Amino acid sequence: MSETILMKGNEAIAEAALIAGCRFYFAYPITPQNEVAAYMAARMPQVEGTFLQAESEVAAINMVFGASAAGGRAMTSSSSPGISLKQEGISYLSGAELPAVVVNIMRGGPGLGNIAGAQGDYFQATKGGGHGDYHVIVLAPASVQEMADLTIEAFDLADRYRIVTMILGDGFLGQMSEPLVLPRSSGKSFDKSGWCLSGAKGRPPHLIASLRLSPEHALEEVNLRLQAKYREIEGREMRFDTYRMEDAQVMLVGFGTCARICRAVVNHLRQEGMRVGLFRPITLWPFPGAQLAQAALGVKRILVVEMNAGQMVEDVKLSLLNGGGERVDFYGKMAGILPDIEEIKQRVRDYEK
Amino acid sequence: MKSEVQAMKLVYKRPEALVDIPDHYCPGCGHGIIHKLLAGVIDELEIRERTILVAPVGCSVLAYNYLAVDGCEAAHGRAPAVATGLKRARRQAVVIAYQGDGDLLAIGTGEAIHAANRGEKITVVFVNNAIYGMTGGQMAPTSLQGQKTKTSPYGRNPAEAGYPIRACELLDTLQAPVYIERCAVNNVRNILKTKKAIKKGLENQVQGKGYSFIEILSMCPTGWGMKPPQAAAWIDQAMIPVFPLGLFRDR
Repeated sequence: MSETILMKGNEAIAEAALIAGCRFYFAYPITPQNEVAAYMAARMPQVEGTFLQAESEVAAINMVFGASAAGGRAMTSSSSPGISLKQEGISYLSGAELPAVVVNIMRGGPGLGNIAGAQGDYFQATKGGGHGDYHVIVLAPASVQEMADLTIEAFDLADRYRIVTMILGDGFLGQMSEPLVLPRSSGKSFDKSGWCLSGAKGRPPHLIASLRLSPEHALEEVNLRLQAKYREIEGREMRFDTYRMEDAQVMLVGFGTCARICRAVVNHLRQEGMRVGLFRPITLWPFPGAQLAQAALGVKRILVVEMNAGQMVEDVKLSLLNGGGERVDFYGKMAGILPDIEEIKQRVRDYEK
Repeated sequence: MKSEVQAMKLVYKRPEALVDIPDHYCPGCGHGIIHKLLAGVIDELEIRERTILVAPVGCSVLAYNYLAVDGCEAAHGRAPAVATGLKRARRQAVVIAYQGDGDLLAIGTGEAIHAANRGEKITVVFVNNAIYGMTGGQMAPTSLQGQKTKTSPYGRNPAEAGYPIRACELLDTLQAPVYIERCAVNNVRNILKTKKAIKKGLENQVQGKGYSFIEILSMCPTGWGMKPPQAAAWIDQAMIPVFPLGLFRDR
């Protein structure tokens, strides 16, 4: 198990899902995440699991709904336009408090866009995405290794909180091959017998539903319970990483592919003698705002780098409401274009002028 | 008196799978009859403890309140997809997707056809009352030519809105389904036939045979603006000529 192997990001997610005990996978073809489905199609029969190519994105997420309601570990994967189609199902999963893992290997948008990697779905992923007041946990890997590791974690988080957990990658990460050590199963088990659908044998019937018409305050009570759960998750599950932040005067902030680029920027500028560091959110929801504000103490400028028109930058500014928001600058590339490392370096050098 | 009672034979009792509470359906609605038939068959086949009922969006969204089985809601039109997930994860369960005409033939046509085409080992109970009842009487994909509804106030005009879709005939073009039948619940004879069809559809699943589809023509007096006896007669006069009753397939 500790052998280092070469794997594509999309395949690393698929294999890690199997290691995590996922036995139900439903999806519809879309680039740039097709390797997940192809891998599952080959591997699921070997572990007596279900691979099903659904007739649509909408059907796939609802198959996930059914398999999860029955107590199974279920996953679907797609890319931006397909994730938009799944939003109805994600809202229903959230309303019914069913665990599920949804993978979004983002591509350029809006509309059909293109098939290169992008980060334009940050708002959709972190602010709800579908109708109603809900959140999904959003994990943002920045390497093939992390795509595997966070997939194991995604299933545990989903089961622990009965929530949808999204792995938010992009086309570059999905298509990239890197060495990795396959993770082990966490070994955690979650008792679903109190709510899952298995037939009402020796117990009253179970019901999985999101419709709450009566009594009068039934829906409000559900909403209050959901919000309490979200506050608990915010208190316990924030994840982030910092790089060379010890004495930094400029802090770069980026997730996923952008964090990799920012790491290179930090290394290059450190060689030039500039005190630059990186703050990398790993959970995009809950957003590690307090930790970011802490890291930003003593920092003169903050540059948020994204592959979109400026989405996470809003959460960065919200994290600094107590002061220092004016230090925040933004650099972004849209349409599946990678941020230019030289442009970012020049932007940081200009802060010293 | 006491000995007379003891000498009597029990010939009828309320199905155990039918929960003893008042339902929310309008007078003369067919859903109550169909729920009772389902409950009776579940009792007869002794499958209550492994049945999972998928309720649709529509008047029968609360069906799970009336049947003493595990229940699962599905988003509008998605019952066959949810049922697919349930059945794949619980192969010993008896999974019933209960759907109305808007659910199955409008917003969920894709799911309906593909679950049938894959031969999912589920039973679909399709209640066709030619109208959207829950939302107040809009035109359904099965509304008849000339039928007046809230959204076809001058009568359904095929030049604008097309013709009623025939679900059994549509699914009968597919290879995988093992059982397809159309019934009605507008009189005692038809009700008894419907019960037989439901039983066949569930037996097929118990035996692991494959996908079964039972379409049931059902009354919606409120949506149709009729008194219950008129509504029952309208099924004979207007619906059955368009949706002929009968067995389409039994393999």
